[in-house]
Amino acid sequence: MIPINYYIILSAVLFTIGTLGVLTRRNALIIFMSVELMLNAANLAFVAFARAREIATGQPLFDGQIFVFFVIAVAAAEVAVGLALIVEIFKSKRSIDVDQMSSMKG
Amino acid sequence: MSLELIFFLVLALASVVTAFGMLLSRNAIYSALYLVMNFITVAIFYLMLGAPFIAMAQITVYAGAIMVLFLFVIMLLGAERLPDTQVLPYQKWLARVLAFILVVETGYMLLVRGKPQGEIIPPEASANMVDSLREMGMTLFNEYLLPFEVTSVLLLVAMVGAIVLIRKDKKVG
Amino acid sequence: MLFSEATPSGFFFLAPWLVFAPVIGLLINIIFGGRFSEKVIGTVASLASGASFIVSVLLAWSLAAGGGHAVSVPFAEWMHIGSLELDWTFRVDSLSTTMMLVVSGVGTLIHIYAIGYMHEDVRFKNDLGRFRRFFVFLNLFIAAMMILVSGDSYLMLFVGWEGVGLCSFLLIGFWYEMDTLGRPSWANSNAGNKAFITNRVGDFGFLIAGFIMFWAFGSFQFDEVFEAARTVAPGIIVAITLFMLIGVAGKSAQIPLYVWLPDAMAGPTPVSALIHAATMVTAGVYLVTRSAELYMLVPQAQYIVAMTGAVTALFAATIAVGQYDIKKVLAYSTISQLGFMVAAVGMGAFVAGMFHLVTHAFFKALLFLSAGSVILGLERGHHHLAHAQHDDHGKGRKGKKDSHHEDEVFDPGDMRNMGGLRKTMPVTFWLYMIGTLALAGIFPFAGFWSKDEILADALKEGFTGVYWLLSIAAFFTAFYMGRQIWMVFFGEARHEAAAHAEESPRVMTVPLMVLAFLSVVGGALNLPGMHTLTLWLEHTIEVHAGEFVMSVAVISTLLALAAILLSWFIYGRDPLKAGQPDPLKKPLGFLFTGMENKWFVDEGYFAIVIGPFKRISQFLADVIDWRFWHDFVHDTVIAGAYNWFSNIALNRYADQQGIDAFANWLGSATKSLSATMRRVQNGFVRSYALSVLLGVVLIVGYLILK
Repeated sequence: MIPINYYIILSAVLFTIGTLGVLTRRNALIIFMSVELMLNAANLAFVAFARAREIATGQPLFDGQIFVFFVIAVAAAEVAVGLALIVEIFKSKRSIDVDQMSSMKG
Repeated sequence: MSLELIFFLVLALASVVTAFGMLLSRNAIYSALYLVMNFITVAIFYLMLGAPFIAMAQITVYAGAIMVLFLFVIMLLGAERLPDTQVLPYQKWLARVLAFILVVETGYMLLVRGKPQGEIIPPEASANMVDSLREMGMTLFNEYLLPFEVTSVLLLVAMVGAIVLIRKDKKVG
Repeated sequence: MLFSEATPSGFFFLAPWLVFAPVIGLLINIIFGGRFSEKVIGTVASLASGASFIVSVLLAWSLAAGGGHAVSVPFAEWMHIGSLELDWTFRVDSLSTTMMLVVSGVGTLIHIYAIGYMHEDVRFKNDLGRFRRFFVFLNLFIAAMMILVSGDSYLMLFVGWEGVGLCSFLLIGFWYEMDTLGRPSWANSNAGNKAFITNRVGDFGFLIAGFIMFWAFGSFQFDEVFEAARTVAPGIIVAITLFMLIGVAGKSAQIPLYVWLPDAMAGPTPVSALIHAATMVTAGVYLVTRSAELYMLVPQAQYIVAMTGAVTALFAATIAVGQYDIKKVLAYSTISQLGFMVAAVGMGAFVAGMFHLVTHAFFKALLFLSAGSVILGLERGHHHLAHAQHDDHGKGRKGKKDSHHEDEVFDPGDMRNMGGLRKTMPVTFWLYMIGTLALAGIFPFAGFWSKDEILADALKEGFTGVYWLLSIAAFFTAFYMGRQIWMVFFGEARHEAAAHAEESPRVMTVPLMVLAFLSVVGGALNLPGMHTLTLWLEHTIEVHAGEFVMSVAVISTLLALAAILLSWFIYGRDPLKAGQPDPLKKPLGFLFTGMENKWFVDEGYFAIVIGPFKRISQFLADVIDWRFWHDFVHDTVIAGAYNWFSNIALNRYADQQGIDAFANWLGSATKSLSATMRRVQNGFVRSYALSVLLGVVLIVGYLILK
């Protein structure tokens, strides 16, 4: 018997850690990984809510899982394109430090 | 404290610790490996929540395919570590403060304002049977057919995009 | 009648083509005419008019086959406002088809004649481009005239009425930058203005009549108006008919509004023939005939109309005696003959009036066109002469070329320059002769029958005064026509140009021959005993067959013959010499001076109406408008106050210290703000992400505190 709150708090903590990763790290790859962590946190919340509802109604409910499935598919696509972009940037800048990519400023 | 809860707390602790490990490792390869471990803990949560298919997808797609790709790129570029710079000195502290505020706010919203009721009980054995999986497949391919197809197109586009980005520019003519 | 059984409804559906055939013709000439030769332009215009004639014939035939009952052909919805429903409907009845046949038939002949006439006219006046313009106007006139005669309501009639007025104006001022002799002047355009403005006075009467009509009957449609007219007080009908008479006097050149017609001779001769003799000016007669049912209700108005016509007939005839310009004589003759028609329709002798309208269209068109032929013949002679002189001078003294010739202004329309044209222009002479005899009313020409019917009806209806006025007018008619014949065609040439005059080409003489033929046999339309026209018009208006009164016929014929004999005695026996004054001048004294100067009517109008009007306008413009309103009220009071207000209050305080300062502050504030803000845009992706997080934290915070 695990209260659903626990799952939600876990999800929030993971999400915040991901956010911190995006904000504090300069390595583009780690920023990327942090984004994946944030996605995972959201997925966990999805599944947990879906499960809670399933238990409350007694009916099998798959919508939460299917959403997670879609998120995973989209994340895969995102990683494919994102890593390709990072490789390209590395080729021109010889670095994956996002702070080096600051030529677009006012 | 039931056994379940203890198991959950241990696992949650492992999840948070690995997440922090990813955040704090100076070497990108360690970060990636911590993240793999984090994904595996999340997969176990999925199993506890009665979603075996998603758990499997998590392990194969995320922990397997995606993270391998990450490691591959890190090693290809030789970008395990970055030299220290003094750009944006306030960024780190500001981010930590804001993240802390966010956690507090979220916790307040969830626990004080929202008060979601409900207990997660472990799934019955039948949840891991093939029947349940079939039903999910029926839902996916009936109710969610269009998003499913759109997703497949998205993957195709991503594939083509990755190829176009990476390939060497051929001199035309 | 097998054919008509096959098409029981006849050709009435063709009615809109009455208007659209000439419109298409003029559009073709406007759009493509620039590339056409003169022959093609003339042919297109003539064919367009001819198509209109063919449609008229088909309509008349269909009408006859259908028993003569009036047919309405709805064409388009014009405007529906409340209870007022105005549609463009074509009315095909015996009266309108008669007019259609005359207009399009005579119009087509004149189109053909004009090909030859304008060919030379544009060359004498040195502007070849106006050939096309002339035919465009001519076709436009046919279209407008067709709208006038085919309209089913007074308003449609008015549309055509204004349309022909416009065409008349355009064509009178056709050579707008010169006078009739080709000298640079605004005489021709002034003549056009005079015609237009005088007609405006008449149209004002017509409009008032229309307003009263709508107020009293609520409709403009002919049948509905006639139906309603029986139930209202006769006073209203009197008002309508008399206001309408003002319109008639304007368009059909009756006293007191006839003054524009003689000046309208400034237009090219085909225009004088078509518009100012045969068709447009008869619109007034048509209007009265169309409104027969209204006029029949009020004998008082009828009497006024008849007297107006009769007095005009005599008055204009006397002026015609004293004129020297060949076209002016014919113009006054036209006014006089229109007086005959108006008198006839005023007396209720509608058939006689229409009969005279038709025959007059034939012989007056013939006379005008022949006069045009004479004028062109003299122009040709003059041209010929100028070349000969030019050669002589060229041999004699070089440098100063025919200065003598340019000083002298030659008027090819002045009868004092003519004489002896019988020999040089024989065809024209004989054609003119036929027209003269028809106009003078000599048996058996067309004019004899129609004029006699008017006179006989005058006696029968009890208008004795009108009868005598018209008889005297007829005497004068024969006299001035005889005078013209003797002066123009007999005796010796009084000017070298007349001696060298040349005959006109076939394209001009053939239409004249057709008209001459019609002038000879036109009387057959309504011979006593047969009454073809009477029976035809019976379907539309209440008429009764006129009787042939032998005594009237004999008296009028004797009068005409006597007049011609008298004219021979004065002008033919002892032909006029060059430079000699008119032989009537001495015996008649001041009477002739009056005739010569049109009884000073124009001068009288100037003194009584135009002069004071101008002085009032001058006063209003100078004193009231300029000095008081403009200088004082506008410049001093309003502009001064405004300037003060805008300078002190608005400019200094509101604008400079208020709006301007605010605008400047806004500008500098934006500038400094943006200078600050641009530092936020530092190019570091992570700071942007941080600001997103800040936003999230703030929004969640807001949700918590809400």
